[in-house]
Amino acid sequence: MYSNAYIFRYASILVILVAAILSAAAMLLKPMQDRNVAVDKMQSILVAAGFEGVDAKNAIELFNKYVTNMKVIDPSGEIVDDYTTDNKENSTAFKLNLKEQLYNKASGRDYKLPMYVVNKNGESIYIIPLYGVGLWGPVWGNIALKGDFNTVVGVTFGHKAETPGLGAEIETPIFEDQFPGKTIFDGAGNFVSIGVIKGGVANQPNDRQKHLVDAISGGTITSNGVNDMIKNVLESYEPFFKKQG
Amino acid sequence: MSAVKKEKEPLFSAKNRKLLTNPLNIENPITVQVLGICSALAVTAKLKPAFVMALSVIVVATFANVIISILRNGIPPRIRIIVQLVVIASLVILVDQVLKAFVYDVSKQLSVFVGLIITNCIIMGRLEAFAMGNKVWPSLLDGFGNGLGYGAILIIVGFVRELFGSGTVWGYHVIPQPVYELGYMNNGFMILPPMALIIVGVIIWIQRAKNPQLIEQK
Repeated sequence: MYSNAYIFRYASILVILVAAILSAAAMLLKPMQDRNVAVDKMQSILVAAGFEGVDAKNAIELFNKYVTNMKVIDPSGEIVDDYTTDNKENSTAFKLNLKEQLYNKASGRDYKLPMYVVNKNGESIYIIPLYGVGLWGPVWGNIALKGDFNTVVGVTFGHKAETPGLGAEIETPIFEDQFPGKTIFDGAGNFVSIGVIKGGVANQPNDRQKHLVDAISGGTITSNGVNDMIKNVLESYEPFFKKQG
Repeated sequence: MSAVKKEKEPLFSAKNRKLLTNPLNIENPITVQVLGICSALAVTAKLKPAFVMALSVIVVATFANVIISILRNGIPPRIRIIVQLVVIASLVILVDQVLKAFVYDVSKQLSVFVGLIITNCIIMGRLEAFAMGNKVWPSLLDGFGNGLGYGAILIIVGFVRELFGSGTVWGYHVIPQPVYELGYMNNGFMILPPMALIIVGVIIWIQRAKNPQLIEQK
């Protein structure tokens, strides 16, 4: 029979040993994981702009080729930083942590916003990263706008832990393909964002339909999260949009 | 000393070979023991994630069996389940970290299911039923065999679902365009989890038809 002291000793040693192994592994693999996350971000930006055939292997090359500028914008809508040279992943705009910046904004502190400019067939497309909350964890994405800062070219979404088959459907083409062609300002020039709604876009008045997409059945909280994310992030860029208009 | 030593059992004796091959057939964890069904339904819409999941489970099952078998005489029985869980959980976290570092896109697809290997009953079942009472080498074979048995079913299901659901195998189109033009369509139902259950059911049917000893006597 084992004594209680033995059980405690055994458990403590086991746990400390396991903790050491896991922390060592996490530290060793961190640089590679960060690299993958950065490449994934580039891929997502390019896909939002409508590029096809982007994979993990060519993402860095294509990113440096087609992204022409990485801007940083301040709350009043002024551009405070431009980055047009190579190695775009070193730019301030790329490294800017949107989660922190949105938190700064919410708590009334100074904040900065990133914007990526992509050249596609001679046309400049402006990509804005998104960050918000879903049901189980964060949701994020990119929204690409035309030069009028109104019409959506494309979107990509991602999530940490939404329910597979329900909320996780936000990252499928079925959901994302609803966005191209929608507009974020109404006819009078007021910011209306893009709403993710239940009950069918087709049942809405005609002039509202171009600002709305269908939510995901069974994924209401995730859909609401996406709705709030788009509104909250794009709202922050409104002064910038107005200055360009 | 050497005179009293028993004759050493060969590494791949008939008994040991059975440890490796039985889980592939008459003791298959999915089709006979009906364990680990949830993940079999969840990750088999495409062949690639199914393959990576199979590989991950093989690695975790093998190493968990080996580690628990090494520790088996020192583990206090009162906390043995917790010890088993700690071993499984750390192996799974290691696998998850490695996947994130080397095959990021697959790790994104598998998302929560890698973490759920921890709750895969096959692994803990083998630790409790086998590794706690057997030497290291047989435990290694048993873990590897059960991982393989699980993986084999996953890959068969993944292959069928991807072929008929998306018309691809490992992401490559195999059903030629002219066939689509004749009116053939990918079966969207194949992508949904219920179809995995039906395919597993068909595999069980075929297996039982071929192995009468698996059929319960009334």
